[in-house]
Amino acid sequence: MKHKVAVLVENNPGVLAKVANLFSRRGYNIDSLVVSDTEDKSISRMTIVVDGDEKTVEQVTKQLHKLVDVIKVNDLTHDDTVCRQLLLVRVAADRETRGEIIQLMDIFRARIIDIGRRSLIIEATGDESKIEAILKSLQPFGIQEIVKTGISAMVRSPKEK
Amino acid sequence: MLGADILLHCLELHGVDTVFGLPGGVVIPLYDRLKEFPNIHHVLVRHEQGAAHAADGYARATGKVGVCFATSGPGATNLVTGIATANMDSIPMVCIMGQVVKELLGKDGFQEAHMTGICQPICKHTYAVTDAAQLPDIVAEAFYVASNGRPGPVVIDIPKDVFVQDVQVPYDTGTVRNRIEMKYKPCQVNKEQVMKVASYIKEAEKPMMVVGGGVNNRLENRDLLYSIAQKADMPVATTLMARGVFPDGNPYDIGMPGMHGTVEANYTVQHCDCLVAVGMRFDDRVTSNVSGFAPNAKRIIHVDIDAAEIGKTVKPTYPLVADSADFLDALAEVLQPCEHKAWMEEVQQSRYEVKSPAGSVLPPKETFGFIDKYVDENTIVVTDVGQHQMWAALFLNTKGPRQFITSGGLGTMGFGFPAAIGSQFGFPNRNVILITGDGSFQMNMQELAIMKQFKLPIKICLMNNGFLGMVHQWQKLFFNGNYSATILDSAPNWEKLADAYDIKYMRIDTLEQCDEKLAAALTSNEGWFIDFRIDAGADVYPMVPAGKTLDDILVGE
Repeated sequence: MKHKVAVLVENNPGVLAKVANLFSRRGYNIDSLVVSDTEDKSISRMTIVVDGDEKTVEQVTKQLHKLVDVIKVNDLTHDDTVCRQLLLVRVAADRETRGEIIQLMDIFRARIIDIGRRSLIIEATGDESKIEAILKSLQPFGIQEIVKTGISAMVRSPKEK
Repeated sequence: MLGADILLHCLELHGVDTVFGLPGGVVIPLYDRLKEFPNIHHVLVRHEQGAAHAADGYARATGKVGVCFATSGPGATNLVTGIATANMDSIPMVCIMGQVVKELLGKDGFQEAHMTGICQPICKHTYAVTDAAQLPDIVAEAFYVASNGRPGPVVIDIPKDVFVQDVQVPYDTGTVRNRIEMKYKPCQVNKEQVMKVASYIKEAEKPMMVVGGGVNNRLENRDLLYSIAQKADMPVATTLMARGVFPDGNPYDIGMPGMHGTVEANYTVQHCDCLVAVGMRFDDRVTSNVSGFAPNAKRIIHVDIDAAEIGKTVKPTYPLVADSADFLDALAEVLQPCEHKAWMEEVQQSRYEVKSPAGSVLPPKETFGFIDKYVDENTIVVTDVGQHQMWAALFLNTKGPRQFITSGGLGTMGFGFPAAIGSQFGFPNRNVILITGDGSFQMNMQELAIMKQFKLPIKICLMNNGFLGMVHQWQKLFFNGNYSATILDSAPNWEKLADAYDIKYMRIDTLEQCDEKLAAALTSNEGWFIDFRIDAGADVYPMVPAGKTLDDILVGE
């Protein structure tokens, strides 16, 4: 099962290497990893998607917490979160297919951000299933290149009752 | 003030009295200032690996933080094995490494190696200093991190220009960041949880306790465990890392569990219904095949200061994150007197004494029996790694915590001799007995120079059988006697070697000679090199073959 783990770390040089090292040393698989600074410039946040059972993920979080540079570790898997990833995809498109692709992308609220003679670049954000669906719909036209970021996740704010 | 002065002032402030190291290009400015700090005794090693192990041995014996110096590049990489050794056994160390000038960093400067990168997976934390003004805080934090929580080695990487940087900074105001302090602050033992454990022990029909290196590192009161065992009426096993923390020769003492553990310890583990594990991490050499480990234990209580150890290998029914010594103190307080008569009888029934092969001239077991006569209350036994290490663990009875010093987790051959030197510097007046093998000793014997220089009264007991014994034993048992690369041909003339360093030598060939000659060496105020020509065919038993469960214990060929 895939787990989303949010890790707050000190924004030190080498901290990414330390976290990545830990995963390789302990044999955990990273599906995706996103790092950025936060509202506090001295702190970075990593959103890591790990594939593994509960036991593995429990070990991951405990081992992460042991790193001196790690401030906080949260397993977001069972929280109510919003997740997004960014997709850039270059797809073959000529005069005949261009219109159809643009229509399709409208449905997904994806945007065309570059047009060439024989291809288009499409930008989309969404959760994993939406990105999957977009890629599937583009498959018949001929996907030439895919770039995806990892997943960024944030816990939803509490709602008033 | 120069960076080098700030660093040395800070070390002095943290109570550092002994440093093991060897200079090189980038640390000359540091060594240049050493003479101004007479409270810091620098011991010059002949190889940096020796510095790391000596600092480690010093830390293991004294409980203080061990400190070593090395220059950049090859000096620092030579420390690596020692750092990994300390890390696996949770030993507090601060390793100070020089680095090329900042200008050259990342440009493959002469003697540059990316030490924080190399060391990160094998130590607790690394600091890369870029400004001498950071030193007071970094040193304060390094000592704090090394010795609090689960202890471990910390690396400080210092570029040459930082040593000569002239800054005005008060060296005595170094602080540990609040967050770091909170992270490693010892958590209070939860009384209710301890009472629960006490009740589990009382309710159980067949309880036992297994204690490990965490107890060895932290235990001060050497009678505490025995009083707990007595009150609980339950047997106590001590892992390799905890040999000596429990007195021998009583019904509760069952010795060491695991691959080369005693028959009774392994029997007890496999038949207990309640296993209380304290300050140990269920190493594979203790559990053997983990799926068949302690199959009858309805309750497994795991007490460890490191939350990540809990559930890593064996899933406990009752986890408790606490300092092992604090836990034992609390347990001793709340434990009600128990009675487990039938179980204690069963444990006694399981005792089995391994016999030496008939016709043996210098059998290890009896030989160690003679050495054991000279292991008193204060003796520190240090071992290397291999067959002799297991014999020492099985047959020597050290008498307190931090008195049996051995490389457990990493199993580093060559650890013993420098670690014995470190221990002797920690306790100049105690008898330090090194148990080593002809394979292990040859890995770091360059440090004989230190023994000569300081006239250290270390008793080197060389278990000399002419091969890499432990591997040889495996080859005999599991590789059809194909002794590939384990025969140590062309050994040095040990007598001449000892003589070259002005160390007294004796050779022991028979048990009779043990009886006649050993006392003179082992009770001496001088260093001795004792060459035991141990029986070449003698192997370590009991043994649980790798992959088997503890029930499949072999007691001889």
